[in-house]
Amino acid sequence: MTLQRKTAPEFRAIENINLVRPSRQKLDNGCDVYCFNSGDAELVRIEWIFQNQRFNPEKPLLNMAVNTMLTDGTESLTAAQIADKIDFYGAFLQVDYGYDHSQVTLFSLNKHLASTLPVIKDLVTNSVFPQKELETFIRNQQQKLQVNLQKNDYVARRVFNNALYGNTLYGLSADIDTYKTLHRDDMLSHFRQMYQPANCTMIIAGKIEPATLQLVTSFFDKDWSDTGQQIDTTQPPLMPAAEHFYFTEKPDALQSAIRMGIPAINRSHPDFPALQVLNTVLGGYFGSRLMANIREDKGYTYGIGSGMSSLKHAGAIFIATEVGSDVCKAAINEIEKELNRLKTELIAGDELSLVRNFLLGSLLGSLENVFSHADKFKNLYFAGLDYDYYDRYVDTVKTVSADRLMMLANQYLNFDRFYKVIVGKY
Amino acid sequence: MLDNGLRVIVHEDNTTPMAVLNILYDVGARDENPEQTGFAHLFEHLMFGGSVNIPDYDQPLQRVGGENNAFTSNDITNYYITLPSANIETAFWLESDRMLSLAFSKKSLEVQRNVVIEEFKQRYLNQPYGDVWLKLRPMVYKKHPYQWATIGKEIKHIEDAKIEDVKAFFRKHYNPQNAVMVVGGDVKTEEVKQLAEKWFGPIPAGEKYHRNLPQEPEQHEERRLTVTAKVPLNDVYIAFQMGARLDESYYTAELISDILSRGNSSRLYRNLVKEKQLFSEVHAYMTGSMDKGIFAFEGKPLENISIETAEAAIWEELDRLKADLVPADELTKVQNKIESTMIFSEMALLDKAMNLASFELMGDADMLNHETGKYLAVTAQQIKDLANQLFRRDNSSTLIYLAEKAV
Repeated sequence: MTLQRKTAPEFRAIENINLVRPSRQKLDNGCDVYCFNSGDAELVRIEWIFQNQRFNPEKPLLNMAVNTMLTDGTESLTAAQIADKIDFYGAFLQVDYGYDHSQVTLFSLNKHLASTLPVIKDLVTNSVFPQKELETFIRNQQQKLQVNLQKNDYVARRVFNNALYGNTLYGLSADIDTYKTLHRDDMLSHFRQMYQPANCTMIIAGKIEPATLQLVTSFFDKDWSDTGQQIDTTQPPLMPAAEHFYFTEKPDALQSAIRMGIPAINRSHPDFPALQVLNTVLGGYFGSRLMANIREDKGYTYGIGSGMSSLKHAGAIFIATEVGSDVCKAAINEIEKELNRLKTELIAGDELSLVRNFLLGSLLGSLENVFSHADKFKNLYFAGLDYDYYDRYVDTVKTVSADRLMMLANQYLNFDRFYKVIVGKY
Repeated sequence: MLDNGLRVIVHEDNTTPMAVLNILYDVGARDENPEQTGFAHLFEHLMFGGSVNIPDYDQPLQRVGGENNAFTSNDITNYYITLPSANIETAFWLESDRMLSLAFSKKSLEVQRNVVIEEFKQRYLNQPYGDVWLKLRPMVYKKHPYQWATIGKEIKHIEDAKIEDVKAFFRKHYNPQNAVMVVGGDVKTEEVKQLAEKWFGPIPAGEKYHRNLPQEPEQHEERRLTVTAKVPLNDVYIAFQMGARLDESYYTAELISDILSRGNSSRLYRNLVKEKQLFSEVHAYMTGSMDKGIFAFEGKPLENISIETAEAAIWEELDRLKADLVPADELTKVQNKIESTMIFSEMALLDKAMNLASFELMGDADMLNHETGKYLAVTAQQIKDLANQLFRRDNSSTLIYLAEKAV
């Protein structure tokens, strides 16, 4: 039998996607713990996730600085000792600041948990933000910022966020001088208010035996109580700008960074899954319309994409790219064309079925290991959703019609109302 | 191994519903003609421009829920697909057809030339410090083709690429004898054998490429270069020639790099950033090349710190490694970290498949299983000896990148 190289092999559509659900337990101190148990390897990832405090425009960096400096010293351990202990046991310690949450993550082999957990306990209860470490932190951050401000895509993102959200938690980016607002006393009181069990969600993924859980609770239940400080996790309203067009000229630029988009919805809105399908068609994968046109047909750029951000108090749909500075206007015209096509022409059946399969494959592929299942849960949990969301998501991906997508395009993708940011030449 | 010389490795992992198909071609930027640099990488882009029987590579893959990408290094070109395991045959179909022959479309060449030129600008020219490695490589390598980066020496080489060159490059390097395929994930060895025979078996073996590159002579003089550019901060680079990836000394060198620069307990961070407050950041790393590699240092001194002081501080750390044995605890620490990293990395299927392919290319995929042991066997004396061998002034290339101050 000769080989049929011109015809694609038979393929199967993805029917079921099985998400691992956690077991939940509320500790006496008010902290929620979610466990994803998988018996494969002798290791765990533990996350301590705290809601950020209300944004103060006079002291805009507190949430970020307090989180980032948790590894810089406690009442009993210096920054160096913390690093030594964690590294000696082959563990990994990360602190991550996000718009809505700040978190501490520990990756550890189970056999070393008894040595690594006390370090974390110390960080979240006894951090002191030593003055000398604070000065080093500020100086190094300022130097990094100077370098980043030379990058067009970085500048475009700052300008864009500020236009969409104003001077708020989501919209205000630090200038060199903003770091002067950081003071140790403010950080200490911010720390005591925010890092309390009642403001914490713990997520454990990996090999969780009864002994593992016992060890965790021995440090983070009865021995960890609220500080009694008031915490405010509400946020002031967002303030989108009236001006919709921003051009920062860089006369020597070889490429211009373009970032444009519009406030939309977040994951908790019923339209979100369908809008994700639309976003994928537009610029959410390698074969998307923006890539096909602006990279693969015109060669204007190395890459272009669109995305959706889903935050607690906001959502947006945006397009970002860096293009040859001589073709910046042409690229923007093509973007507009692609948006208008989505509003006026139905997506062809062939393209839509491809995107459906791609999205399902991509969801399946994103579930690589037990950590990924925990990450999926975080998407739901912090948007106030439950596992029905993924059922709805899969169902929408499989069934959403071209008509509905065209309606959504008309509702959400109005090019004239997009915020547009260009850094480079225009 | 198939009769045509294609090496096939299977890695069964039934904890995932996905499968990976990874193909490594034994060709990288080091195999390029010095007048046509950047070609291996440009060629990688053209591999997505349609093959002899399949006009579009990406669409059929996306249609079955798969994703793909590729990268080119100075040593190899690596292509990979991840997809739901039920559809693994689609990956065999696509990959075998482009190993058989490309469509060699002129339009694809024209567009990808532009795309790669934009990539050149985005990554190397339009970024602060983006061109550092374009300057540093020719300082370290005078003979070996590692003297150019994968993107190429200059944009002109990419602009000049002709379709005839593309065809010749394909014939020379893209055939079963010069490739290693790893199939991993939710697959069965028998099934993979069958599919490999079916789709790749009929491809002609082609000619074996015999690499014969000019090897880099030992360096015996200190090299220095100072450049000025529109960047906000000064930057210091010191590069040393080091052994090849397969040298026994590689494992010792990696531990040295970890002692100096891995994590917040490392020497450079602790001593130069935190204690002495000389740098805002400083790192050590290695290229891990198949031929003689580079052990590099990079640091941005604080604004009030002179270049001389900054350089001297890095050398002081190197001199300490040369004079004193690393304390037992510190050596255990970096070895523990290597051990746990290996355990954690088992959770990433695609990385595992890529690693198996690259170890198979170096001789035997099974070497991957003995890596940890090799790191654990390294002694403090070996570290001291290697530090003395590598970190010599006359084995160094120093690039000072000065910030142009507004007058």
